[in-house]
Amino acid sequence: MQTRKTMLVDPLVDNNPITLQVLGICSALAVTSSMTVALVMTIAVVVVTAFSSMFISMIRNQIPGSIRIIVQMVIIASLVIMVDQVLKAYAFEISKTLSVFVGLIITNCIVMGRAEAFAMKNPPLDSFIDGVGNGLGYGVILMLVGFIRELFGSGSVFGFTILETANNGGWYVPNGLMLLPPSAFFVIGLIIWAFRTWKPKQVEAREYSIQSVGAHA
Amino acid sequence: MSDKRQNPISAFLAAPPDTMGKTLFVAVAVCLVASMIVAAVAVALRPVQEANSLIDKQRSILGLAGLLEPGMNVPETFAQAFESQYLELATGEFTDRSDVVGLSDREIADDPALSRALADDPAAIIRQGNFVQIYILRNDTGGVKKVILPIHGYGLWSTLYGFIAIEADGNSIFGLQFYDHAETPGLGAEVDNPRWKAMWNGKRLVDAQGVLQIQVAKAPSAAGEDFHIDALAGATLTSAGVNNLVRFWMGDEGYAPFLEKMKAGEI
Repeated sequence: MQTRKTMLVDPLVDNNPITLQVLGICSALAVTSSMTVALVMTIAVVVVTAFSSMFISMIRNQIPGSIRIIVQMVIIASLVIMVDQVLKAYAFEISKTLSVFVGLIITNCIVMGRAEAFAMKNPPLDSFIDGVGNGLGYGVILMLVGFIRELFGSGSVFGFTILETANNGGWYVPNGLMLLPPSAFFVIGLIIWAFRTWKPKQVEAREYSIQSVGAHA
Repeated sequence: MSDKRQNPISAFLAAPPDTMGKTLFVAVAVCLVASMIVAAVAVALRPVQEANSLIDKQRSILGLAGLLEPGMNVPETFAQAFESQYLELATGEFTDRSDVVGLSDREIADDPALSRALADDPAAIIRQGNFVQIYILRNDTGGVKKVILPIHGYGLWSTLYGFIAIEADGNSIFGLQFYDHAETPGLGAEVDNPRWKAMWNGKRLVDAQGVLQIQVAKAPSAAGEDFHIDALAGATLTSAGVNNLVRFWMGDEGYAPFLEKMKAGEI
């Protein structure tokens, strides 16, 4: 039975939207080259997932099944535009670096997934907590990937220099691949591997079985 | 009987959601409410956003002129430090035409009457405004100290918008600064690296024969180091874009007529 606490804590590791459900990978590639950007993206996704789940849950009994996805999209898209506008007004520097990626929260599978799988069947407060939990689960992986990519790609963490790069007269030659989106594939892949080694329950069952067949005589 | 006394609104809400009428109602209601909220937020925040982007641009100009200090009042310092003028590119003369003054560079470039399509367009600008707003920094005696000229052009992913600061001799570069671009972080976005930007200081545009020699390239320039900025490692196309846009704007289609006037001391 799910309690409100498990709703919040489960998505962090045990039911993580990125490592277990493998959702939201595309935006995780795009916004993790620096930790500041990853943090702002995390906050934006938490806000959007939580409030969209809550609003959808509030009108869940009125949403006709035939247009439910579109209704969810309208609510999610409106919230994303609001987040984008607020960032442009009060965090101008960061909104410049995030540019198109805030808009792409609309297409983030995690937001839609929680609306469809949870908010349509549960009361508003539970949906809100579930949204916060899943947003944070996404954020934890984002920060982890961002940390690895920024440290090895730019030699810094949150913009503070840790490894003095050769460009600025230090000793560290940054790994340029870490700044390009494909590196996040490798990092996320390794994180999924680590999570599943730590929690073998997360390993998916094979969809096929290997059979040994005797050779023809 | 109890059904008849029921309020029509709650009767409608209690009805199953999958009827045609209710589907239409929910679709229209959700769209209306959502669009009103979005519109209200956008309108309410617009003044703050526009102020932000203006301050960002002014901060970038102040930084380029070497006047930026942390914690300063950007708009106030900006207004005190700079004289703003609208320049007609083809003649190199200032203008106070009422249909030009007050417009932003992008508005001028969008107006067919005030701009032209480029035939030879190395920086991929497409439409160039005939007028631009420039900023002049004067010394104590009223002479020109530096001019800040807006430049833009295509890099790898995006149009880079920036400014170039030219010394009073009309030929020496004081600095270069982009305030809006979307080049690759860590590669093309190194155009914002202070160490790279510092290389522009003291370079010259044209040689003794008046030929435009400034270039951003990997190989040293035949014209000499005074005219050469080392290209960014790992950002070949962004560097080529910066090379193209600087050479375009410093050439005859850009500021060359104005810079000639500066050299003659007519500004």
